[in-house]
Amino acid sequence: MSAAVMTESVPLLTVEDLVLDFRTRSGMVHVLDGISLTLDRGEILGIVGESGSGKSVLAYAMMGLLDPAAQIPRGGIRFAGRDMLTESERSLAETRGREIAMIFQSPRTALNPIRRVGAQVQDVLLRHANVSKKEARKRAIAALARVRIPDPERRFDAYPFELSGGLCQRVMIAMAMACNPYLLIADEPTTGLDVTTQAVVMDLIREQVRSSNASVVLITHDLALAGEYCDRIAVMHAGHIVEIGGTEAMLSAPKHPYTARLIGATPGGHESIRDLASIPGSLPDLRRDLPPCRFIDRCERRLDCCATDALPSVNLGADHIVRCWNPL
Amino acid sequence: MTTAIMEAVRLVKRYPTGGGMLHAVDAVDLAIQPGESVGLVGESGCGKSTLVRLLGRLIEPTEGAIVFEGQDIAPLPLRRFVHDKARGRIQVVFQDPTESLNPSLTVFDTVADPIRRLGNPGGRQSLAAQVRKAIALVGLPPEMETRLPHQLSGGQRARVGIARAIALRPSLLILDEPTSALDVSVQAVILRLLADLRSELGMSYLFVSHDLNVVRLLCSRIVVMYLGKVVEEGPTEAMFRQPRHPYTRALLASIPDPARRGHTPWRLEGSASSPIDPSPTVCRFYGRCPRQEDRCAETMPELRAVGSDGVHRAACHFAEEISA
Repeated sequence: MSAAVMTESVPLLTVEDLVLDFRTRSGMVHVLDGISLTLDRGEILGIVGESGSGKSVLAYAMMGLLDPAAQIPRGGIRFAGRDMLTESERSLAETRGREIAMIFQSPRTALNPIRRVGAQVQDVLLRHANVSKKEARKRAIAALARVRIPDPERRFDAYPFELSGGLCQRVMIAMAMACNPYLLIADEPTTGLDVTTQAVVMDLIREQVRSSNASVVLITHDLALAGEYCDRIAVMHAGHIVEIGGTEAMLSAPKHPYTARLIGATPGGHESIRDLASIPGSLPDLRRDLPPCRFIDRCERRLDCCATDALPSVNLGADHIVRCWNPL
Repeated sequence: MTTAIMEAVRLVKRYPTGGGMLHAVDAVDLAIQPGESVGLVGESGCGKSTLVRLLGRLIEPTEGAIVFEGQDIAPLPLRRFVHDKARGRIQVVFQDPTESLNPSLTVFDTVADPIRRLGNPGGRQSLAAQVRKAIALVGLPPEMETRLPHQLSGGQRARVGIARAIALRPSLLILDEPTSALDVSVQAVILRLLADLRSELGMSYLFVSHDLNVVRLLCSRIVVMYLGKVVEEGPTEAMFRQPRHPYTRALLASIPDPARRGHTPWRLEGSASSPIDPSPTVCRFYGRCPRQEDRCAETMPELRAVGSDGVHRAACHFAEEISA
């Protein structure tokens, strides 16, 4: 365990002015631009955005799991005092699974279909916890019990197809939490699950990290879900974090026009369908040269300077930051 | 009371499996009035998709009647029904607009297909006029008609799926999670389009969704299914204000709500019991229900009127004492 992890005052994770492009056959795609955020210990941070906003790429970058086509001309990612962008692949492989764990979107495809679920939890422990096979089995069963899988000794021998989607996601959580990671990245962990199961799974994630003081990055397109479970929320649009701040402040008084539209477009609390906001236009083509503000074509509050001047970072206090020349 | 446009009477669908009969839809009664928008909710595996496919006559019912515009279409064999004129009056909008469009058909041909098969295509000009009308109704620009699905955005594909379904001016549109694959900004636009089309064309909707907030905005009545049975139905606002069945309560309590941050209400754990040969005398929710008593394992509660309005009905012995 490195010293930095132990120090409460240093953020667990810092992303500093990260720029990320993908080289493709049709040119450079400017996927992330000027991303900055910090994550404290024990904190649940939601990253919310529509498809194509770059939220998953950001998560993969945090884990050092980028495709070789990715280029990072500028910026840095520090996790527990280490520079994730220069770390060797071998050292990253040690970090992943032990210190950073991930829960993927569809548990049925993320789990190996031809191995027993208990053995898959055991694998993580054998790889990272330096324990005997017998001890790993005992701990795997305990991990399954911790995520409240009924009858964990019997379920240890089940195959993924024998379990419901909700139970498979519990196995994924058990795998992710088996080595007590400092950081859990959950990429749309409840997409495809029923609402009742979604609530149970989200409660479970929260309970697991709260009891171990781990931090969570929750990636979701559902603003209401992020609103219920996250301490802070970062809203992404076309590769920018347009607004980041405490959940209550952001949901009750959004400052970026995109955040406000997103809140207005999320069903819930509307009197009639007429009150549901829409967001005109679509995401800009990230292969083109883009104006400093990538929301400019969809924004009714744009000023002349939005097309020419670099995006400001307006700190509204209490770490509530909006990147807009004309915030609400 | 007007006559229902669609009425399912004791509708049953069972599938034989290795272990016994799987009761997918079990004696369901459901009526949809002209111009009404009904929401159908329930967890995966509860039989809502089977019910939808029965009502759209995409599969054969095991028992029961499906009275559509005065005609019982349940006994019609599928092979006959695909050419029946009722087929064109019930149309379905499928879940994933990418999966449900033929990748090699242009927008024009996709929308023209049902008109050619079941409508009155007339000459080339008459067909083109009908297709263009449908495309215009869903707000797609006319130059889109030569595009293929992969050249369209998710929202545009959803519009094509809707244009195809309304091309024959159906009286009943069955919408199977039409916006679940879309981003919220696009979802909002499509939901509003659906609301407009319903009032413009006077259609009835059966709207299947897992998102209760969406159902609340689009439907005046909600039907809740659990393990093949309707466990509660009633006017939307009454269901939200005073859910009578414990399962409905659990569903409502599961809607993500930022106002509840940090609190954990009672959650529905576990999964539904097996749909294979369920006991006819045990409440389907028994074993998972927080309120259950011995009585629930002895008599299956029937769907009955609760409250004074007569249209709010629930299948629970204790419906009267359950409130939100």
